[in-house]
Amino acid sequence: MMIIILLISISLTIAVAFLVVFFWNIKSGQYDDMYTPSVRMLFDQKKDDNKPVS
Amino acid sequence: MGPVLLTVQKSTPVMVATEKQIVTTCYHCGQACEKEVLHLEEKTFCCYGCQTVFEILNTHDLCEYYSLDKTPGNQHDVVGDDVYAYLDEKSVRKKLLKFDSPDFASVQFYIPAIHCVSCIWLLENLQKVDAGILRSEVNFARKTVSVDFNPQKVALSRIGQWLANIGYAPSVNLEDTTREKPGTNKQAVLKLALAGFCFGNVMLFSFPEYLGLDASDASLMRVFSWLNLALSIPVFFYSAAGYFQASLKSFQQRQVNIDVPIAAGLLALFLRSTYDIVTATGPGYLDSFTGLVFFLLIGRWFQSKTYESLAFDRDFTSYFPLAVQKQVAGQWKPVVIYELAPGDTIRIRNLEIIPADSLLLDETAHIDYSFVTGEARPVQARQHDVVYAGGRVIGPPATFLVEKPTSQSHLTSLWNNDAFRKTDERNYQKIIDRAARRFTWIVLGIAVLTAFYWYYTAPANMWLVITSVLMVACPCALALAAPFTYGSMLRVMGRHALYLKNADVIERLAAVDAVVFDKTGTITLGDKPDVSHTGSLTGEEYAWIKLLTSYSTHPLSKSISATIRQHTNDIVTGFKEIPGKGIEGVIAGNVIRIGSASFTTDNRSLIPTPSGQVFVAINGELRGLMTVQASVRKDLKGMLGRLDRRCVALLSGDTDGDRDKMQTLFGEHVQLHFNQTPHDKLDYIRNLQQQGKKVLMVGDGLNDSGALKQADVGLAVTDDTGIFTPACDGILHGSQIQSLDRFMQLSKVSTRILKAGFIISFMYNAVALSFAVTGHLTPLVAAILMPLSSVSVVGFSSIGVNIAARRILKNKSI
Repeated sequence: MMIIILLISISLTIAVAFLVVFFWNIKSGQYDDMYTPSVRMLFDQKKDDNKPVS
Repeated sequence: MGPVLLTVQKSTPVMVATEKQIVTTCYHCGQACEKEVLHLEEKTFCCYGCQTVFEILNTHDLCEYYSLDKTPGNQHDVVGDDVYAYLDEKSVRKKLLKFDSPDFASVQFYIPAIHCVSCIWLLENLQKVDAGILRSEVNFARKTVSVDFNPQKVALSRIGQWLANIGYAPSVNLEDTTREKPGTNKQAVLKLALAGFCFGNVMLFSFPEYLGLDASDASLMRVFSWLNLALSIPVFFYSAAGYFQASLKSFQQRQVNIDVPIAAGLLALFLRSTYDIVTATGPGYLDSFTGLVFFLLIGRWFQSKTYESLAFDRDFTSYFPLAVQKQVAGQWKPVVIYELAPGDTIRIRNLEIIPADSLLLDETAHIDYSFVTGEARPVQARQHDVVYAGGRVIGPPATFLVEKPTSQSHLTSLWNNDAFRKTDERNYQKIIDRAARRFTWIVLGIAVLTAFYWYYTAPANMWLVITSVLMVACPCALALAAPFTYGSMLRVMGRHALYLKNADVIERLAAVDAVVFDKTGTITLGDKPDVSHTGSLTGEEYAWIKLLTSYSTHPLSKSISATIRQHTNDIVTGFKEIPGKGIEGVIAGNVIRIGSASFTTDNRSLIPTPSGQVFVAINGELRGLMTVQASVRKDLKGMLGRLDRRCVALLSGDTDGDRDKMQTLFGEHVQLHFNQTPHDKLDYIRNLQQQGKKVLMVGDGLNDSGALKQADVGLAVTDDTGIFTPACDGILHGSQIQSLDRFMQLSKVSTRILKAGFIISFMYNAVALSFAVTGHLTPLVAAILMPLSSVSVVGFSSIGVNIAARRILKNKSI
């Protein structure tokens, strides 16, 4: 019986940890803009040709 | 003599074959080059503005902009160098900057022009344009760009200037400086997340109970029960807190709304469960409790769909610029407009707005009041004439002497009207609250009756039964019906370019039985008039007319110039503009006169020229007639026909030049009122309301803002959701105005769907109550009934709305 109590307390701790992370995500504004980041990651960083070769 | 000689031909096909017309499109904005064609690096541009943007991007190696999206640019006018100088004023700077230190500062600009992937790319590469810019980040949903920069290397005004130069003019106004960021939506999501989390876990711990545990596992049961209680406490105190506060408030106002029975039910559930667990008499109903809160919050969240990039609550301040050029010790200095005092001398440039009632100091100036009064044509002001705030200067810069501060000007007095003092919570009784009141009394009655019954038969069970009744009476499904019906409808309408401020507007829209329209900008398109040409002009002569009219700032000249596509390289000599008559000039040895009939033919006996008619004479011979008329939006006839008697009036601030045209469009039963001031419009709406009508006002400009506010529903029509719309309940895209009646029909249907949803949820409540009064409400029964009722009501209203929308909006093509 002890094992169930132990497992439940571990799983609940992990779940609460995720809830806390979610709260932090929302509060720090990570879900404020759902569109721009999806586009931004597809922009290529153009190679700078003018840079002297070191 | 006169127009008799003219052979009638429609305009554009007249374009003669002597000049080859190849439609070239602009490399930057993709529009057809109508006025002129500029060439640079084998690319064509429609105007100097577009070419400048390309040049800037080219020099800074930013031409990738053009490869991400096709012709991403916006056609724009070149702005003067010091337009943004006021941004460096200390008071403005302090308000705009989010962070400021000697070598690092951060600012956020609202840029209405943001519309595509290329925009994001370009605006996030601003550091290539100016080394002083450290980083820039776009928020596409809000159409803002945040810029971090080094104030020592680049001034704030310079950044504004850069943005304007590359076609993304920031919109800075008083509202920006006072606007609060909405944080309530985040709170709602957090509450929902917590409720969902606890609901899931509580359900998991409740499961063993339902499946049946042996007596040997009793200790485990106790552990689960206490865990459930621990998980429910944050739900009770954080997630559900809003319902308790709302019902307290409604008690204070001595009104019963939907929150009262909900709060009572939640309280009963929680207290009864706590009692059961603490006394070890049962497992409690905590899964039902957390589930209820979770479903209710989903409903709230679903309904709170908002259009972040649109603003519904703007007042006059957002229409005025933030700063104006004021004369200080002989020099022009930018000052913030609310610091203007009577006696100040200010200078307003072409297309800028006069911020305060003032006297004109120059000899003449053209002022366009179209946005304030709805009058389409600019008026000419003479020296020492009073000009009113909100007018737009057309032509060369003019100087004015301020008479009254902005807040006391003629225009802003409209905002002191009672209509603007009303809070959003009008006396309007919502359907849901009417239903809730009836519901609450019925439930209370049942609770009292059962209490009496059990008191005499089995007093020990009385409290258990009463709490059971209150618990199942919690009108969760009832509370969900409205958010999901109206929330779904809000989204459907949004997809068809009607953006409503909130879901309550749908209910008010359903009750509308009188529709009032504005003319300029709503029924007609103010900025793109129809120009029809008759006469025997050749292609070359058309080109001359275009050239000559382009010299004049008169609106008729501008309209004519814009519709002619032929170009000439000839030059004008001896250009003269005679106010009230016309213009004259010599091109390639020909004397050309354009204007009124008497001016072009030297025949004094002719009847006065009707407004909008312009005659063309070449070398004294009458050769053509151009008629300029406001063009009416397409497909209005069908919509007005379907509205029929509901369409009551047309209110226009313009002169009655279009009366006949409008009367045929609207039909005989519609009253037409012209020369209406903003106050007149407001009073007209109020009169209708006093006759017991529910009024829908459809308008666009500042001159309608009083009427929009006073009306039961005010819809602003706009062709570009980025530009100014007055405070209103909804924004309708100009292309969708012909579906106005269908939107009204849809809102009626949603009210019917809502009522059907109520009936379904009442049935569930009746079943649950029968369990409760007989004392058979076990946690298992509650746990099955509550989610089932919620899900079926939500499913019914969402599907119902979408089917209705498809059926009604599909008929569009007919």
